[in-house]
Amino acid sequence: MVAGLQVAILITVIVVWEVGTNVATGPNRFLVDPFIWSRPSRIVGRLGEWLQSGIILNNVFITLYEALMGFVLGALVGVVVGFVLARSELWSRVLNPFIQVLNALPRLVFAPIFFLLFGLDENSKIALGFSLVFFIVFFNAYQGVREVDRNVFNNVRMLGANERQMAWHVLLPSALTWILTSLHTSVGFAMVGAVVGEYLGAARGLGHVIAQSEGNLDATGVWTGMLVLCVVVVVVEVLVTQLERRLVRWKPQPAGELLTA
Amino acid sequence: MLELQGASVRYGGFTAVQDITFEVPDGQFVAVVGPTGCGKSSLLNLVAGLLAPAEGSVRTGGRPVTTVNRDCGYMFQSDALLPWKTALDNVLLGPVLRGMPKAEARNLALQWLGRVGLADFQDRYPHQLSGGQRKRVAMAQVLVNRPPILLMDEPFSALDVQTRALMEQELLGLWQEQRATVLFVTHDLEEAIALSDRVLLLTAGPGSHLKGDHTVDLRRPRNVVEARFMPGFSDIYERVWSGLREEVMASYTGRRE
Repeated sequence: MVAGLQVAILITVIVVWEVGTNVATGPNRFLVDPFIWSRPSRIVGRLGEWLQSGIILNNVFITLYEALMGFVLGALVGVVVGFVLARSELWSRVLNPFIQVLNALPRLVFAPIFFLLFGLDENSKIALGFSLVFFIVFFNAYQGVREVDRNVFNNVRMLGANERQMAWHVLLPSALTWILTSLHTSVGFAMVGAVVGEYLGAARGLGHVIAQSEGNLDATGVWTGMLVLCVVVVVVEVLVTQLERRLVRWKPQPAGELLTA
Repeated sequence: MLELQGASVRYGGFTAVQDITFEVPDGQFVAVVGPTGCGKSSLLNLVAGLLAPAEGSVRTGGRPVTTVNRDCGYMFQSDALLPWKTALDNVLLGPVLRGMPKAEARNLALQWLGRVGLADFQDRYPHQLSGGQRKRVAMAQVLVNRPPILLMDEPFSALDVQTRALMEQELLGLWQEQRATVLFVTHDLEEAIALSDRVLLLTAGPGSHLKGDHTVDLRRPRNVVEARFMPGFSDIYERVWSGLREEVMASYTGRRE
């Protein structure tokens, strides 16, 4: 039932799109302007060309590489800094205003700095992804360590844990659960960092493909790039969900089916 | 021997317990009763070394308690199992933390899970267990370390009456084997008498102090349910209750003296 309606909506949109861009309302005028909206059949054709030449796969891998690196580095540094600050009252208070300001700033404005710092190739996109992911993971790790259950903490202390064992058996898992709840968001942000970075200035990658098509007033290219991006993002999302399932097996599953954002 | 000598606990300007002195010989099962908020938990935390006395001293096994007391096992009122570890991993944690090789700890933990009747549940996570089962795991988790002193803070208060009686019986059985010194905090006088050798009565807080020290001379081994019908039970109950009633009223009205 649900799937049926979903397919129906999809087909309707595509049909209206295809037909609308073919119905002329005057000389060089259409119900839906194909100059802006291109046309499903053209997009599929372009996708076929791209896949045949293999050029698109290269760009997809570049984008994925940048997103992955941005995510891994951002998550790693976020966990470490979150951990350290959560354990140090002094430094968390000292650094708090700086972190708040940096976090409030829309990080995409760092893009020019990163281009100057790291050049126009992959590294500047990784840096952009890093700056987006870091704060999410940092805040969650910080919260996770801070809000570790007092009872569990004391229990493990009484069972005989020293500082190091406490970090390993209690603080880290507690922080990880918080980080995992933000996994979807942070992976999404790593993708944003990569694609927007490429869009702003690059020689390769999906964002670059879209930007280049736009520069050539080639709507079909833009739409095809977006279609590829959609597929990539959905695949990444599925993989993240799988990973999440494996990592938080111990967590009670929500009773009902939840809508995923 | 467990000794408190004039021990007081303060939180900022608030005095929770005041000038508490008592001794518990090894292997005695002592119940601590008192109205809610009288600082019963503070007492346990003193012995556990989670809390330092503002005045007085706490000694166990002849040594003053200055840091986390490794002679103590502590069973908390609410769930304190690690939610990200299975029942088995929860139980083997203590021995591993204390340096036992993992394989050996695993065997020991399996043995203990069997002893509390959860051999088939070793791979379950806490959220997959019932309240009673979680308490059993918690009990195994604490007892597997074979602590000479066992601190229990209303451990069964969240359970339904039947499960509670079962758990009490199980605790007595295990205690009978291990003969640890037990400090068992509860506000349920029946539970206190049915389980213990001795009942300590605390006054209502703040600044609560020791008001009564009653011996429970019911024979052992005991059945917790039948203990309530033993001759002598009601005598002891009345004696402790006459003292406790005033304190309950005092804490209820928020004033004393």
